[in-house]
Order: sequence, then structure tokens, then C-alpha cells
Amino acid sequence: MRATVLVRPKPGILDPQGEAVHGSLRQLGFDVDGARIGRVVDLEVRDGDRDQVRAELERMCEQLLANPLIESYEIELVEDS
Amino acid sequence: MNASELRPRIAVISFPGSNDDRDAALALELLGAAAVPVWHAEPELPDVGAVVLPGGFSYGDYLRAGALARFAPVMDAVRDFVTEGGLVLGICNGFQVLCEAGLLPGILRANRSLRFVCRDVALVVERPDTVFTARCDPGQRLTIPVKHGEGCFFADEALLAELEHAGQVLLRYESENPNGSVAGIAGIVNAEGNVLGLMPHPEHAIDPLTGSTDGTFVLGSLVDAVRKARATSAAV
Repeated sequence: MRATVLVRPKPGILDPQGEAVHGSLRQLGFDVDGARIGRVVDLEVRDGDRDQVRAELERMCEQLLANPLIESYEIELVEDS
Repeated sequence: MNASELRPRIAVISFPGSNDDRDAALALELLGAAAVPVWHAEPELPDVGAVVLPGGFSYGDYLRAGALARFAPVMDAVRDFVTEGGLVLGICNGFQVLCEAGLLPGILRANRSLRFVCRDVALVVERPDTVFTARCDPGQRLTIPVKHGEGCFFADEALLAELEHAGQVLLRYESENPNGSVAGIAGIVNAEGNVLGLMPHPEHAIDPLTGSTDGTFVLGSLVDAVRKARATSAAV
């Protein structure tokens, strides 16, 4: 089973990287109103009960992948086909 | 007992990627302490009166600065040491490690400018009545260099109010804020007052040859505190 974790700066948290990219995109002539930069973590996880796997992924996010003070996370589970 | 046995012992922890461990040890030695190098893989701390987590780029700053170092075996021992009231000083990357480990509140993020800053900064000592600032006068100004890319201290409004109310802000950038830290915060202590994290590098400000010697106010206070604690325990 594969999982993708999206980690984002929480709303309202200053994101200087996003601001810099936003500025550069505008300089290139793109009509963009804002940019926020986060992180993607692709994980290979052992197959198992989806709820259990998801609960484990949440613990991974809370303990390491995201810092809950400033970042939110989203978990996507993909079954191998 | 020989002279080296009388010197207060302070551990300096080296993580892979630490690069100010030797400077920190040198500064402590010059201030009369015996610096005890400790490798991050050690499961226990030697018999020391304080612990310094030095600057650098532990584990390459992967994921977030300090996020991986907190899982080093020695950090369990540091956590126990803190619980027992031991004095811990985290400088720069050491501050980041302490925040990620939950031993200090808040987090350090990329500088607002997105640029690495490396220069002397002016600091105000907000609290001279702590073990880490005992050598300072009230409101004293210190000049100590910073060198970091991720020194922007962040705490949300509620946490910031709590820190200010509890007097946990020990050091603040005086006028120019080099990294965008909230409330100009350069150094904070935990609620119990035995853990200090700061972005400026006191170990780089100890010799007139290289400029300011104001770092001795912070490191010297730590050495004094360990010496005093030893004298007290020896007298018991």
C-alpha cells in the first residue's frame, strides 16, 4: 500500500518561500494571487487494515512529518493495483 | 584532588553535522569549566552539571532543522536530565533541537528574508535574574554574533502571551531583528527555567581578538551556576 502525505503551512502562518515564489511568478507575467509551499512525502507502507494504517500514518505526522504548531497535514492512501 | 577535578563539568553533545561543538568546548574551558564531549549515539550522559547542545546542521537539517536530532539516543538522557532539573543550553541548532524535542516551546523557521544571516547583533537581556544571565545587569546590552538560515522564532498569539507573561523571554534583538522572530525573540527558557535556547552564538564572542566578548556573560553565568551547585552538593 502506498501513502502520500501532504504537509502545508497552516493558514495565517507566514510562508516566505511561498511569498518569494509568488513574486517570481508575477514577475514572469503569471496572474497568480498567492502561493504557499509545503512538502510531499510518499511512503510505502505494509498492507493492512485501512483504518489501522491511517491511524499509524497520523501518528507519523504528529510525531515527525509535520510540526503541528505551524503545519497541517493530509493523508492519501492508495491501494496497489 | 587536582585542578581539573575541581572544574565544573559541562557536556557538549556532538550530532552528525554539529560544527560549533569544538568552539563551545573551547569557550567553556576558557571560562574555567571542563568540557566533556559526548557523542549523540551515547545512551547516557556522563557525570556533568550541565549540557550544551551546540550549533551546526545536525542530520543535515533534513525535514526541519532539529527535527531528526531529537531522536538521537542521547536525547532520551538529555530529557531525563532536564526532568531532574539539570541545566541545558541550546545554541542555534541546539535551540532548534530543543524546540523540536518539545523541551522548549515554539519553533524556529526559515528567516523571513530567506537569507542566511551572519553578523553581530545587539541583544537586550530581559531577565538578569536567571542562572543563564546571572552575570548580567538589568537591561544590559550584549553584542553577540548570529549565523543561521532558520532562526525565525515562531509562537502563536496564545503561546507568545504565555511566554511574555511568565517571563520566559530572556533575550531579545535590540533594534534590528535579523530573522523575523515574533516579538524580536532571540532566546527563551522553559517554564521551569533550567533550559535555555538562543540563536546568537555566545561561544563565538569570548575573545577580544575576534570582536565582542559578551558571550562570556551567558556562558560564564552557566559555568558559575554549575560551580555553585557542585559546591553546595559537596558541602552537604
